[in-house]
Amino acid sequence: MSRLLVLPLAGPLLVAGLLVAAPRRRTAHRMAGLATTAGVLALAVVLLATTRDGTVLAERVGGWHPLVAIGFAADAFGALMVTVCAVAVLACLTTAATDGTDGDPLFVPLVLVLSAGAYGAFLTADLFNLFVLVEVMLVPSYVLIALGAGAARLGAARVYVAVNLLASTILLAGVGLVYGATGTVRFGALAAAARTSPTVAVAAGVVLLALAVKSAVVPWHDWLPRTYPEAAPVVLALFSGLLTKVGLYALIRVFAVVFDGDPAYHWVIAAAALLSMVVGVLGALGENTMRRVLAFHMVSQIGYVLLGLALFTAASLAAAIFYLVQYILVKTALFLCAAAVHAGHRTDRLDRLGGLAGAHPLLALAFAAAALSLAGLPPFSGFVAKFLLLRAAGGGGHWVAFAVAVGVSLLTLASMLKIWSAVFWGEPPGPAAASRLPAGVALPAFGLAVLSLLLGPVAQPLLGLADTAAAGLLDPGAYLRAVTGR
Amino acid sequence: MTAAVAVGVLVATAVHLLLQRGQLRVILGFVLLGHAVNVLLLSAGGLRRRTPAFDGVGEEVVDPLPQAFALTAIVISFGITLYLLGLLRADGPAGDDGEPAGEDESADDRSAGEPAGDGDGR
Repeated sequence: MSRLLVLPLAGPLLVAGLLVAAPRRRTAHRMAGLATTAGVLALAVVLLATTRDGTVLAERVGGWHPLVAIGFAADAFGALMVTVCAVAVLACLTTAATDGTDGDPLFVPLVLVLSAGAYGAFLTADLFNLFVLVEVMLVPSYVLIALGAGAARLGAARVYVAVNLLASTILLAGVGLVYGATGTVRFGALAAAARTSPTVAVAAGVVLLALAVKSAVVPWHDWLPRTYPEAAPVVLALFSGLLTKVGLYALIRVFAVVFDGDPAYHWVIAAAALLSMVVGVLGALGENTMRRVLAFHMVSQIGYVLLGLALFTAASLAAAIFYLVQYILVKTALFLCAAAVHAGHRTDRLDRLGGLAGAHPLLALAFAAAALSLAGLPPFSGFVAKFLLLRAAGGGGHWVAFAVAVGVSLLTLASMLKIWSAVFWGEPPGPAAASRLPAGVALPAFGLAVLSLLLGPVAQPLLGLADTAAAGLLDPGAYLRAVTGR
Repeated sequence: MTAAVAVGVLVATAVHLLLQRGQLRVILGFVLLGHAVNVLLLSAGGLRRRTPAFDGVGEEVVDPLPQAFALTAIVISFGITLYLLGLLRADGPAGDDGEPAGEDESADDRSAGEPAGDGDGR
């Protein structure tokens, strides 16, 4: 069973290599990309079913000595992230097939390598391999963001590559410092190391700093709204689903394992979380295209997940994990809606669009559902997520955090209403805007929105998983026993 | 101490270059920064022990793991440097930096194919 842990990483990499060798077969690319991702999804569901009761699967590749072996481990948290990311990749690949983004012979292989890096990062049990897999994920993203290059896109690619390269270098330096201080980079041997030794705390702090830059946490958020909206719309949806989420996952994992949730640092994380929420939502108010508004909201939503980490109780961690999972679905749906609008109109500027609700009811429904879920209205999954988070904050007496979270939700709703009224409501701005969307382009976004709607009233299975995952983070004993092989 | 000074000088020069305007200087800055981190990785394993790994036993045998880290890091930064040069080529006026024409395509290919090979670096 645990042998399978290598497949989400190895499978897509292998297929990507084969596809690069046959660049002209567009249909084969499309089918292979979808089939591989569907395969990973099926595997992830199996992993999820196995880890649901708190079991942790661990594998050392090739059976080498634990000191040098490449270790993988799956607990409920990791398996859940792989599952939801595979869903997001599947939706993005389907949309790319309908709007023609996958016409570039490198598109599908790059997406597969990127997703393989993300799955690997969720399953690795080693700080250095975490760095390598984050790089495996980022290198294709460097190429994807510049794909179909225009001047603006190249400029954005330069900023994007520079910021992420700097963050990666800092991450590597942090890993090196951790090795220098402890003589190991395996999670199993690093448990609570930062809590007992200030030297390790500084070294692991450098790692956390680099991960925070990659997750676009305020005050290191500025690169994200500046660069993401310049990428191709479907690529942007893919980035929103995977890239910063891997950073968040790694932040949560490293803080839970290496720092053992040390209360001395909770206020730092809480401050960054609240700042991210407020800065992100305020930045979105001044923007004038769908993608820019949504990109600023990413910063704001990252704050919510971090707030769950900052409180570090069973309830708040479960809320953070639930939030993260449903947020990947919702955000990808929103960006795919923007991609569909862009595919039909060649623009997503709010002042050049209007009246799409009448012409494209399916797209409008998908956007409305996902937007309401993002704002946290019942009966969508976003409501459950925010309710859990607010209950955790209120239960701990953190009323400032509670108030900020509620206020930011209201501003999020205002921002979503702004997009709704400009793009979907009202009159089309001119006869030229007689809109035609490629057939079926809104379906993947609609599917994700339905999933988000389902996770509201039928939240219990995901809640159970989030509780198991949070318990595993709060008491990493089972995880550590599995990865150290004892 | 020597390693600390080397890392310090490399990082200082790299930061100076990163803060310049020219794209090529930024790329060179990243190259130097990568070198600094590699020296840091090697010194994390201890620089006193000099006997090559797998070539005998005892106190003096060097720790092979940081060397493997540095090797992987070198491979990754090499690929990314090529990609950055490709971006520079796609962006700037032709022939500005003496890069041969058509370089950006192959740089894309290499960076895309790179990760598949990175697993072996460890």
